[in-house]
Amino acid sequence: MTAQAELEQQTETRTVREAIRQALREEMERDEDVYVMGEDVGLFGGVLEVTGGLYEEFGEERVRDTPIAEAGFVGAATGAAATGTRPVVEIMFSDFMGVSMEQTMNQMAKMRYMFGGKTEMPVTVRTTEGGGMGAASQHSGTVHAWIAHFPGLKAVAPGTPASAKGLTKAAVRSDDPVFVFENKMIYEQEGEVPTDEDFTVPIGEANVEREGEDVTVVATQRLVGESLDVAERLDAETSVEVIDPRSLYPLDTETIVESVRKTGRLVVADESPLSYGIHAEVATRVMENGFYSLDAPIQRVGTPDTHMPFSPPLEQEVLPDGEGVRDAIERIA
Amino acid sequence: MSDYTLETEEGRREALRRMLTIREFDTTAGEYFADGEIPGFVHLYIGEEAVGVGACAALDPDDYIASTHRGHGHCIAKGLDPDLMMAELFGKRDGYCNGKGGSMHIADVESGMLGANGIVGAGPPMATGAALTIDYQDRDEVALGFLGDGAVAQGQVHEAVNLASTWDLPAIFLVENNQYGEGTPVEKQHNVDNLSDTAGAYDIPGVTVDGMDVTAVAEAVEEARKRARAGDGPTFIEAETYRYRGHYEGDEQPYRDEDEIERWKQRDAIESFKGRLIDRGELTEEEFEDLRAEVEATIADAVEYAQEAEPPAPEEAYEDMFGEPVPEIEAFANRPRADGGAKGGDSS
Ligand SMILES: Cc1ncc(C[n+]2csc(CCOP(=O)(O)OP(=O)(O)O)c2C)c(N)n1
Repeated sequence: MTAQAELEQQTETRTVREAIRQALREEMERDEDVYVMGEDVGLFGGVLEVTGGLYEEFGEERVRDTPIAEAGFVGAATGAAATGTRPVVEIMFSDFMGVSMEQTMNQMAKMRYMFGGKTEMPVTVRTTEGGGMGAASQHSGTVHAWIAHFPGLKAVAPGTPASAKGLTKAAVRSDDPVFVFENKMIYEQEGEVPTDEDFTVPIGEANVEREGEDVTVVATQRLVGESLDVAERLDAETSVEVIDPRSLYPLDTETIVESVRKTGRLVVADESPLSYGIHAEVATRVMENGFYSLDAPIQRVGTPDTHMPFSPPLEQEVLPDGEGVRDAIERIA
Repeated sequence: MSDYTLETEEGRREALRRMLTIREFDTTAGEYFADGEIPGFVHLYIGEEAVGVGACAALDPDDYIASTHRGHGHCIAKGLDPDLMMAELFGKRDGYCNGKGGSMHIADVESGMLGANGIVGAGPPMATGAALTIDYQDRDEVALGFLGDGAVAQGQVHEAVNLASTWDLPAIFLVENNQYGEGTPVEKQHNVDNLSDTAGAYDIPGVTVDGMDVTAVAEAVEEARKRARAGDGPTFIEAETYRYRGHYEGDEQPYRDEDEIERWKQRDAIESFKGRLIDRGELTEEEFEDLRAEVEATIADAVEYAQEAEPPAPEEAYEDMFGEPVPEIEAFANRPRADGGAKGGDSS
């Protein structure tokens, strides 16, 4: 049995939330310089309960409750990372990243380059994204395209429990700033997760979640699961390949283009607003590298440049879902 | 212990030498900027030398500082090499940042200098972060963040001081009140008499010292350092000082008159410290002139070093982005260039 196959054998069933918590626990056990900080991550266990129990296990030095000051603690994490520790920062909702954007874009992202490569920046920022909870515009944002767009930052967005664990661990081990975007609607989603403590998902490697011949769906976060369901349902008529890029920057262009060479058709499904974002990036790379493989126009599924409204019928109207993915497939299959 | 404490004769002379070096470095940088050899923005520290030198005299060589856009003086006070600084100003590969930082970003994290900063108010969070590392790893250093009087109004400064205070971190915040934030006087930007009054909001000591007196600054920082090391948290210090030159080189300064500048020059930090050393019998006029000549030679050498240093090769623009490189950038670094192929955004 190959090492990889062996790894794949030893798994346990975990939710995305548990997978991330386990990733943090393992990395904190492995490396004393790793600690977690953010609003209510300690005693309270995190507003979405991701860090629950870590405070009791590791104490307040390593699971630090911060004041409500995103600029202050993201800035402090940046300075701390530049001087020899490996902070993992939680930003409660991704919408609050605006408050810390100066430290993110001008300090964390630029220091290594501006200093001629003479400093590392081993900071991880975790945050939660997405609509579906009726949390309205200021708690439902999907902003990963900002970070993916900004030079000097890496952005990952898991769609399964296994990638949630593997990407979180890779982010913590990375000497570069990595943002982990967790979709809040999939925290309860279950799946098989490798138990090996050295299991990581390399940043920049997409995963083919399902093989198919007719249409490639590149889907992220919650839309990975929804696209897989759609693919199952369409199986009799259309063979759908589903790829989770997992890492948004860097992006595994090769895996995506290779798939489109085979299928000739592409749907990009990502919850962020449609304009100027992830969809456009994936589509452009496919056109730059595989234009002549395309047999049909590329289709985008995303949020129609609105904010996430509060009222359930409005939210359901704009929130991209499996039905949208199915329609997109049917338009081109 | 600092490598030039003001408590010894030798240390005092070193402090004087560093103040002179700053003045000579910045005077020279101003000249080469005017000549067009130094690109970008240049903010000179002339007049404020006692603050940077007083502070670093009270710090250990291993302590951290986070600097501002007016950072040359902090670098020299911290012991950075003028050759590499000047080379960075000239945009050379052998500069501190391989020519990627320039005047506003000189950094040498290894020697505890966490970077000059183009963003007003961004240094204090960095100092709080370094203090967090020190505290977390049970180390003995402290971290000092310099900031301007204008920066005191920035929200992130408040957040950084509050965090350092809440967590009792070994941090020191040192405001260089040079009376102006760009062209706007300090009274028009703040409604407190002393900027150090804001310390009350964090329940930490706030002190205002004479920033033209290197000893006064050193004593205040020394005290703050002791407090920080004892686990009692940060101190907020305001040093009242003055910049003799414009906000940046080329600033016509419509906001102030020559008389005001002259009044401050009467209290020049280098002159008064020199006078005190002469009064104590530690220095003669001749020795001072020797010191000045030595400093002038150091800076002339730095210019020569900078002028002779190689500029970076264009493809170095694609280096240093990440520790673990990404294909998106590698593609540019590795493309053939001999035929003068497309630059920048050609993604093919
Ligand atoms: C966030 C931000 N806003 C504005 C500027 C432009 N700017 C550069 S220096 C400066 C004045 C800063 O004043 P102060 O903090 O008192 O420092 P000083 O220049 O007096 O040393 C301004 C407004 C900037 N660099 N960053």
